[in-house]
Amino acid sequence: MSAIHPVAKLRLDRVRKSFGDRVVLDDVTLDVGAHEVVCLIGASGSGKSTMLRCINLLEPIDDGSIWLDGVDIAEPGHDPDPVRRRVGMVFQSYNLFPHMSVLRNITLAPTKVLRRPRAEAEQTAHELLQRFGLDDKAGAFPDQLSGGQQQRVAIVRALAMQPEIMLLDEVTAALDPVLVGEVLNVIRDMRGLGMTMVLATHEMGFAREISDRVCFLHQGRVVEQGPPEQMFSAPERPETHDFLARVIASGRL
Amino acid sequence: MTGSTPITSDGADARASAPSRSGLSRRAEYDLRQRRRSTLVASVSTVLVVAAIILFVPMMPGWDRVRASFFDWDTFTDSLPKLWKPFWLNIRIFLICAPCIVVVGMLVAIARGVRSPALFPLRLFATVFTDVVRGVPVILWITLIGFGVPGLFSERAWYTKPVVWGGFALVMCYSAYVAEVFRAGIEGVHESQRAASRSLGLSSSQTMRTVVLPQAVRRVVPPLMNDMVSLQKDVALVSIIGPVEALRRAGILVSQSFNFTPYVAAAVLFLLVSIPLTRLTDHLMARERRRTSGTAVS
Ligand SMILES: Nc1ncnc2c1ncn2[C@@H]1O[C@H](COP(=O)(O)OP(=O)(O)O)[C@@H](O)[C@H]1O
Ligand SMILES: [Mg+2]
Repeated sequence: MSAIHPVAKLRLDRVRKSFGDRVVLDDVTLDVGAHEVVCLIGASGSGKSTMLRCINLLEPIDDGSIWLDGVDIAEPGHDPDPVRRRVGMVFQSYNLFPHMSVLRNITLAPTKVLRRPRAEAEQTAHELLQRFGLDDKAGAFPDQLSGGQQQRVAIVRALAMQPEIMLLDEVTAALDPVLVGEVLNVIRDMRGLGMTMVLATHEMGFAREISDRVCFLHQGRVVEQGPPEQMFSAPERPETHDFLARVIASGRL
Repeated sequence: MTGSTPITSDGADARASAPSRSGLSRRAEYDLRQRRRSTLVASVSTVLVVAAIILFVPMMPGWDRVRASFFDWDTFTDSLPKLWKPFWLNIRIFLICAPCIVVVGMLVAIARGVRSPALFPLRLFATVFTDVVRGVPVILWITLIGFGVPGLFSERAWYTKPVVWGGFALVMCYSAYVAEVFRAGIEGVHESQRAASRSLGLSSSQTMRTVVLPQAVRRVVPPLMNDMVSLQKDVALVSIIGPVEALRRAGILVSQSFNFTPYVAAAVLFLLVSIPLTRLTDHLMARERRRTSGTAVS
């Protein structure tokens, strides 16, 4: 992979992470180029969420390194806050702040972290909300929105920090099927804008459509990766084959 | 569910769509009936108990003596005005201590929750503080601090007054209780809220201030109010180290008049404050329950 991206935007190099005795990421190595969209697939418990949380430094790694633009951000003692400003994250359960309006959810980090003037931050927030068809919800509180709207707001909240990379962790998994589409559209939009993204997903059809590269995790290891056409039609490894067969059997591809 | 309900002459459809004769929905009619019944039960039982007390207590051999020494109307009207001013001291002690307690309690709760290894001594100190303070009765703390600390000074000034150190002891004790309340509230905010905030680049103290505490405080208002009601009563404990507040003043009146009625008058004053506070607390709790769990289950 490093042949394709001589200087990767993001590089995980032999990352190890365990919870107690349980090894959750076992020497994971992965390169993500600028403007590339990488989908992580794999059974639940294979380590997708943990990998994204490690990239965002929400979990410390035990060994290995994570490079962002050639800087090792996982070095013990490295200040995580400046890294998190550059890396946006969206969670499966939205995690909007329930005591703040939609607008405040979005402007909180730009005003507190980037010290933008409030008016300017609100202006940007309105523009983003408008682009994603949510401008009439600016004054609403999270519990007044549908799941799909909440997740779109969560994406806007991350985008308002103008991140260089977006990490999306099964952002449609908690949604009613009818609401999945509106969130996927937002992700398509971000791809159109050239956003570098790493996303964990169970939506195989969407992974196939949107990703430049699909990466299959199995028991904490990257077992196989490649362009979506190859991964979905001609996987090389038996584990990938089994996983995809099970997905097809459950009707999700 | 409706299968077991016998269909009456109205017919099921008519019942479901048309309002009943009273103009109320079936649900409202049922609620009204239930409410009438429980009001009836409550009033009848109250009347019976009160009647029993009124009838039987005066029949007890010592009643006349007790009535004369506890419920003497003249002594009551005589002592009540004399208690206003000392009671105002109680209120002032309460009004000064309560905000200090909320602030110190919150700081201790935050200190108990710090995770950074560098701040471990702070966490240890906060834990020891709450354990030691809560392990000794409030009245004992007031005695020890109220008599002990002023003895350290040779001069006389505002900071050598027992009332100041009595108040200090109250703040110390109640901060420890209130810290536990806040800690429960802070821990009640889901971890994912912290993760979301940190992932946006907010520091841990910014996360605490803008994301965790506002949500925690909302949850702890009712239990906090409960502690404030207790505080309002426990202010009377500082009387043991000297300040003439309502309880002590009542004691002086009792010894002058050889009659216990001034204590009853003092009790009435405390009730005047604690009952409204308790009602307010219940109201806030009910509101919080409705907000967090939808319809209350009876
Ligand atoms: N905070 C944690 N403590 C202990 N074990 C964890 C924790 N987070 C995740 N795990 C374990 O790590 C494994 C991988 O989890 P996760 O990364 O959530 O997988 P995925 O997102 O692919 O479903 C699971 O076995 C899970 O139980
Ligand atoms: Mg997951």
